[in-house]
Amino acid sequence: MNLQPATLQRIDEVITHYPEKRSATLPLLHLIQEDVGHLPADTETWVAAKLGLQPINVYEVVTFYPMFRRQPIGRRHIKVCRTLSCALLGGYKTCETFEQEFNTKAGHTSPDGEVTVEFVECLASCGTAPVVLIDDDLHEKVDCAKAKQLSAQIKAEAARRR
Amino acid sequence: MSAPAQTRIIFQHIDEPGYTNDLACYVRHGGYEVLKSAVKRKPEELIDEVKKSGLRGRGGAGFPCGVKWGLVDRKSGKPIYLIVNADESEPGTFKDRYIIHQDPHQLIEGTMISCFANNVKQAYIYIRGEMPHGARILEQAIAEARAAGFVGPNLLGTGYSCELFVHRGAGAYICGEETGLIESLEGKRANPRIKPPYFPAVLGLYQCPTIVNNVETLCHVKYIAQHGGAAFSQIGTPGNTGTRIFCVSGLVQRPGYYEFPAGKITLGQLLYDVCGGPLPGRKFKAVIPGGSSAKILRFGERFKGKRKVGAELVDYDWGVEDVPMDFDSLGMIGTMGGSGGVIVMDDSVNMVEALANINAFYAHESCGQCTPCREGSLWMKRITTRMVHGTARAEDAALLQGVADQIPGRTICAFGEACSWPTQSFMAKFGDEFRAYPETKKTPKPADAAPLI
Repeated sequence: MNLQPATLQRIDEVITHYPEKRSATLPLLHLIQEDVGHLPADTETWVAAKLGLQPINVYEVVTFYPMFRRQPIGRRHIKVCRTLSCALLGGYKTCETFEQEFNTKAGHTSPDGEVTVEFVECLASCGTAPVVLIDDDLHEKVDCAKAKQLSAQIKAEAARRR
Repeated sequence: MSAPAQTRIIFQHIDEPGYTNDLACYVRHGGYEVLKSAVKRKPEELIDEVKKSGLRGRGGAGFPCGVKWGLVDRKSGKPIYLIVNADESEPGTFKDRYIIHQDPHQLIEGTMISCFANNVKQAYIYIRGEMPHGARILEQAIAEARAAGFVGPNLLGTGYSCELFVHRGAGAYICGEETGLIESLEGKRANPRIKPPYFPAVLGLYQCPTIVNNVETLCHVKYIAQHGGAAFSQIGTPGNTGTRIFCVSGLVQRPGYYEFPAGKITLGQLLYDVCGGPLPGRKFKAVIPGGSSAKILRFGERFKGKRKVGAELVDYDWGVEDVPMDFDSLGMIGTMGGSGGVIVMDDSVNMVEALANINAFYAHESCGQCTPCREGSLWMKRITTRMVHGTARAEDAALLQGVADQIPGRTICAFGEACSWPTQSFMAKFGDEFRAYPETKKTPKPADAAPLI
């Protein structure tokens, strides 16, 4: 496990928040995922050793929670809300637009490795449906036109980096 | 009758121009004064105020907050924990998001008052993983409050100490269920615990007495500590005191959040006067009044019975539009006030497709612990999805009903009810539409129709 010093520092700090170390399992997984981009293969053994657990205790947590991933994803992560209020206002078409723009399918990464599109359950912003979470930022009322606009921005950034 | 004006207690500063989420702004608006006076009172007095207020939990079940606090085991000698349930994830609900992002100190103040009242030694805010900014805002706000002596050791020089930390979830709806939440906070899969014996008030976090309260509920506690339980109980209606935040979404002119005295506004006033009615050229068809697991209401149906008004029993004969928006009235007509999430559907919506959408949610979110829920939610999803995308059969309606009826009452937690009530209520109210769906499907849908599954 190759983590940045700042991450290691935050890991040691967060463990002190709990009277029982095991409680720090989710925070540690979040910190590792934020640092590395996904949870690498040695995550379970590393976290287990850190918290005095068995690797299976960590593995069962990783596989339970939808936000944890054991494979790398694209540079940008687009999560489109699928649930009823968003769907009523066109969430499925919004998701389809992102799929077309990045030549991929929900649950997969674009061929250039740039973007991962996911169709996720309720993001708790139903009043401004359809909503999309791109990395950490919530975008509201994302109809097809706005989805195209957001896609263009992401593509322009990618082009600038090349 | 036009709708009454909003009474914004909790959402007083939400969307106010110039109002920021930092400590200085909160203090400028009188922030933490309630905490300062609360810590000079006896904790029992504060608990009594909450009991007097009649405050009912705003997370979904509507359980009286004072009773919940009263059940806490204070004799065991174990430390008492408090967890703020900020895992807002019931589809249709989006009120806590705004409190967390725009007015986090209101929540922290309400939390610390509740901690002081209950002699809590350690508190956590369990926030859903999909709100990363919200988690950072709360962490920043707690750091500010700690530096000012409102959180942490020797709170405001009283000798009382209580730490508060933020704990992030990771995308599992079941963490909103309080015992699932506790398991998750212990670093495990969020499989809810069986009750008895695991009532959080006795055997909660780390097998210690634990209070789990919703974000909005704790903000109400701050108001109660400030104005008194009696004053709070004057807002709203007897048994349904204080204000409620309604989150309106779906096919309506002005979706959004609206705070009203509980029971003082009807569903019709909310949807027509406040939210501007249906979209142009449309008519309302159905509404889910309290989050997606609440039983659906069909416009045009009527509810008759007797209800208590003061000491008297009076007849009521309500259409959907006439139902007062409070826990008891919505309960009487067979649905629930739940989390305050109102999802509106108009006559463009096919109910088979709407149910397929809801069923896909519950199938995805079942924790998998109890067979009836794990398998039942999956089959309800598969049947409704097949009806829409594959072959629909007239007998599917009965099949769905058969699956749904085998789940509630047979699971560890209320998810069993939550996942079966949509199917059961859609069948009861729109059964004809399901039986006719094989025919309906033969007519192509308009090109601009939004797919729901």
